[in-house]
Amino acid sequence: MAANGASVFAPWDDPDQTPLIRFENVTKRFGDFTAIDNLSLDIYAREFFALLGPSGCGKTTMMRMLAGFETPTEGKIYIGGQDMGPIAPNQRPVNMMFQSYALFPHLSVYENIAFGLRRDGQPKDKIEARVEDMLRMVRLQKFAKRKPHQISGGQRQRVALARSLAKEPKLLLLDEPLGALDAKLREDTQFELMDIQEKTGTTFVIVTHDQEEAMTVASRIAVMDEGRIMQVATPDRIYEFPENAYVADFIGDVNLIEGTATPSGEDEVTITWAENQQPIRAKTQRKLATGQKVFYAIRPEKVGISKEEPTDVVNKAKGRILDIAYLGNLSTYHVQMPTGEIIKAQSANTRRIARRPFTWEEEVWVSWNGTGGSVLED
Amino acid sequence: MRRFTLIALPYLWLLGLFLVPFLIVLKISLSDLNLSIPPYMPQLDISAGWSGLMEFFSELDFENFVWLTEDDLYWKAYLSSLKIAVVATFLTLLVGYPVAYGMARAPSEWRPTLMMLVILPFWSSFLIRVYSWMGILSNEGFLNQFLLWTGIISEPLQIMNTTTAVYIGIVYTYLPFMILPIYSALEKMDDSLLEAAEDLGCSRLKAFWLITFPLSRAGMIAGCFLVFIPSIGEFVIPSLLGGSDTLMIGKVLWEEFFNNRDWPVASAVAVVLLMILVIPIILFQRNEQKQREAEG
Repeated sequence: MAANGASVFAPWDDPDQTPLIRFENVTKRFGDFTAIDNLSLDIYAREFFALLGPSGCGKTTMMRMLAGFETPTEGKIYIGGQDMGPIAPNQRPVNMMFQSYALFPHLSVYENIAFGLRRDGQPKDKIEARVEDMLRMVRLQKFAKRKPHQISGGQRQRVALARSLAKEPKLLLLDEPLGALDAKLREDTQFELMDIQEKTGTTFVIVTHDQEEAMTVASRIAVMDEGRIMQVATPDRIYEFPENAYVADFIGDVNLIEGTATPSGEDEVTITWAENQQPIRAKTQRKLATGQKVFYAIRPEKVGISKEEPTDVVNKAKGRILDIAYLGNLSTYHVQMPTGEIIKAQSANTRRIARRPFTWEEEVWVSWNGTGGSVLED
Repeated sequence: MRRFTLIALPYLWLLGLFLVPFLIVLKISLSDLNLSIPPYMPQLDISAGWSGLMEFFSELDFENFVWLTEDDLYWKAYLSSLKIAVVATFLTLLVGYPVAYGMARAPSEWRPTLMMLVILPFWSSFLIRVYSWMGILSNEGFLNQFLLWTGIISEPLQIMNTTTAVYIGIVYTYLPFMILPIYSALEKMDDSLLEAAEDLGCSRLKAFWLITFPLSRAGMIAGCFLVFIPSIGEFVIPSLLGGSDTLMIGKVLWEEFFNNRDWPVASAVAVVLLMILVIPIILFQRNEQKQREAEG
């Protein structure tokens, strides 16, 4: 993301920075249902922050509370240091891009973008110049006079973006902004969004259930489940160092191996996981008790597969190929242990398929080194 | 061929049930009053052949239409009908819009029930419902008794047999025709539009005027036509609730037809009424079509 001179953009690591948005022990209940459960979170200026989770996890409620359409049952929300409790949606320095785009069907593209500016009572020529700028930014100058139903879905998405950015909000909320677009267009638009975010310097908070989208666009991701935040970190940390089994399982493909831990020296643990299998040796910072139940998470691409027993790797297991998923550039092998566990291994298809080294029912070795995976407490 | 049959069906319907009756009425309006059964001449005698047909046509004239312009009763009745229909339509809109708005904003599990309540009056006869208004509005009626009982008035109000009673009758009778199109326009409106308007700096009230109101305009126009078109020719309501001073063309038509037994003049009145109505009907159709295109 935006680089600050030579240093990497990471205000969350800097204790001197004050966050733009602060959720302070926020709880939101709808009747008996707790949508947000005692949640605290800081989001910094110029961030592209993603709220990621399955539907019903509370991410949309978080966004609607920022916009002012819902009020917290308990706790406080600050934007720019100001308590948002008593502030109505139309008074907040926040604009939202709606999932349905919510373009006004009776107004032209131009009038849609000008809508917020007109409410502020700005002078006419200023509004005109600003709308022109916005139209240029989203490359829709030619479509200014059209009504929303006369343009394509991708163009509508860009009008919605331009409209929500026209008032130069401190914070832009994007509710599943690319959900209605097809896969190809979605990819292009993701990069466009990042470009615009960088150019305008606006803080973006995006709600999405698509982990790839969150990984692509966000500076930090909050993975949510049942009204709680499971982990907040940069995309690479979320992927490489998930803090719990939920995050490991939600983001990408993963082997989750259940076992019992035995600490075996400095930052090292041995995990017994199946009968007649060599225990897994793994690096970890966690302080674990002997006999504690743990999960060992390892990504399939970090698991090697070979016919002969590998000699230079600390962790290995022998099994039988149950299934092969051919993905073109990659193949994922499902290798079943004699005790029933399945370990997925992924390897790049550097050779033509006819010369593939492994086939169904074949006996193979899977292997990985001690730093490849993460040890997670239950 | 199938396609042709499919299209022919509605056209045959219109031909048989609209165009043919209209031509019969038009023919009568061009005829002369006569003491016979039926009470006009000429009668078409097909057995007389070609010459009979020619004679038949030669006897048709526009005398009755000229008569309509000579007696000021008729154009006064047309104007008064027009005025009553316009005012009544506006009043129906004033009453109907908030009802439709309330229905559309009600929790979705309530909406079918509310819709049912709007349609329910249609289950009883129109005539009975108008008669019941006589029971409510007359000097000894429920309304006056209630107002006297509360002490708001000391003398009964003369509502019955006035134009006010006609307005009440029309608003009551045609209210569902106003509510339903407005409701359907409001109901399909996406709630996030109002949130977007608020998000962009509108107050609730401003959002209503800038978003909800214009988006329900097509529904309002449709509702207004659906009330205006039938109420301009209304006969039952003015004759039951209105007094002798309430002049409406439907009543004139009825008297011409049944009291004077002047079928030709009555038919001429009907033909002119239809001509007047053709304009709003065309406008109504155009509104519907525009609406469909906008949604397309």
